[in-house]
Amino acid sequence: MSKFTKYIKRYWRSTESLAGGLDTSMKVFLRKKVTEQYPENRHTTLYIPERHRAELMMPHYEQNHHHCIACGLCQMACPNGTIHVVSEMREDADGKKKKVLVRYEYDLGSCMFCQLCVNACPHGAIRFTYDFENAVFEREKLLLTLNKAGSSLAPAPEKKVNQ
Amino acid sequence: MNQSFLDYYSLTPFTEWIHRTLCGVMPENWAVFVEGVALGVVILLAYAVLAVVLIYMERRVCGAFQCRIGPNRVGGRGGLLQVPADVLKILTKEIIRLKRADHLLYELAPYLVILASIISFSCLPWNKGAEVLDMQIGIFFVLASSSIGVLGILLAGWSSNNKYTIIGAVRSGAMIISYELSLGITVLTVVILSGTMSISGIVESQAGGWNIFKGHILTLVAFVIYLISGNAEANRGPFDLAEAEQELTAGYHTEYSGMHFGFFYLAEYLNLFITSGIASTLFLGGWMPFHVSGLDGFNAVMDYIPGIVWFLGKTFFVIFLLMWIRWTFPRLRIDQVLTLEWKYLMQLSLLIMLLMVVLKVFGLVF
Repeated sequence: MSKFTKYIKRYWRSTESLAGGLDTSMKVFLRKKVTEQYPENRHTTLYIPERHRAELMMPHYEQNHHHCIACGLCQMACPNGTIHVVSEMREDADGKKKKVLVRYEYDLGSCMFCQLCVNACPHGAIRFTYDFENAVFEREKLLLTLNKAGSSLAPAPEKKVNQ
Repeated sequence: MNQSFLDYYSLTPFTEWIHRTLCGVMPENWAVFVEGVALGVVILLAYAVLAVVLIYMERRVCGAFQCRIGPNRVGGRGGLLQVPADVLKILTKEIIRLKRADHLLYELAPYLVILASIISFSCLPWNKGAEVLDMQIGIFFVLASSSIGVLGILLAGWSSNNKYTIIGAVRSGAMIISYELSLGITVLTVVILSGTMSISGIVESQAGGWNIFKGHILTLVAFVIYLISGNAEANRGPFDLAEAEQELTAGYHTEYSGMHFGFFYLAEYLNLFITSGIASTLFLGGWMPFHVSGLDGFNAVMDYIPGIVWFLGKTFFVIFLLMWIRWTFPRLRIDQVLTLEWKYLMQLSLLIMLLMVVLKVFGLVF
């Protein structure tokens, strides 16, 4: 290719690519704007993505059951020492000794929302919610107990079949 | 073509009436003086109001291009009072006096920049009979007076006694002087097509169709080249390397504060308006309504829209184009800027001028 045809082609190529850029930005211009007008729209159009991590929580199911087996893997995975699993050994009806969750303590103030605890959990007992309005006036209010009072481990599904 | 329609909204009888009335109460040279002062005040007011409108528009359009809303809190819905509030704030700010600056030049520079833009601002054709500075070499005068702005920028950079400002000013000087070439050549193309340099003459030559349609595809390409080099002249868009904030803080106006900085800011936005106004004069017919030759009923309807609406409409359309360009493309490096001008735009505009001469000589334009 001679230098001259290269030169002419450069005009065309640049026009093409610049037009592509203008096309893209015009698409963005016409798109719905992403700005959240927060305090006004908190009860109407506020949209927080479901995967947003704002607070750790332990889902509870019917009859106040949760899935935590108090193994302590989340506590070990946590880089900040945010989670403290308090457990005790109990004997069940068959005389077997088992670890049972007493309190699942979580300090929201020192959590950095890395999700390592959720990834470490073998039973999917904890997850993050997108409920982000967590500001409080006292530090002590950030110390949360995630398991509800009187809750217990959900019975394993295969045992249910046996009974 | 019947031209009487153009007189519906002509301001000439009104201005003549004012002149006659004033001549009745005072000698003529005093009347001219009073008219000049009044006109100056009107121009400065229009200048300030347009600056506020443009800054508001820029912020909203920029927001939309970045998929956000932009200012919408101050002054109820739409944030209309945001920019007036900013203006008040900048008016109350202290003007810093640098210890080791060249004081005379340092304080002169912003006035040079704003002077250049006010003079070229007064040349715009607002309406029939409302061309403030209308002379036979009008468009040439605009090019000449807008070039004074470079001087102000260079002086600002030099006199601030700061490395950032001098680098910004030298970049800006190199760029503006280069782009004046292709700007001038595209303007010449239109002058060839219209056969006159007077701004009112250029507008009136487009009564039968705007220049952008008259010159086949040539004027369209010339329009694009004009927009690119006009954008560079206004130090905006992908050519804002004079104030590249990531590397030069704020370029040539780093050391300015308060209203001195405000003058540079004002001049930047008004240069945008002037560039667009001249573009709409040269290519889109200025205040001339949209006419399709042959459709007389349609033309008559178009004539009922006043010239100033046409002019402002076209100008704001071009301003939107320039903002679109600004918020789309990343900033060019100084060598890329100069390559674009000296290796591509200038050749293309020379070629277009040559072809336009050929078309005009053989009478092939509409």
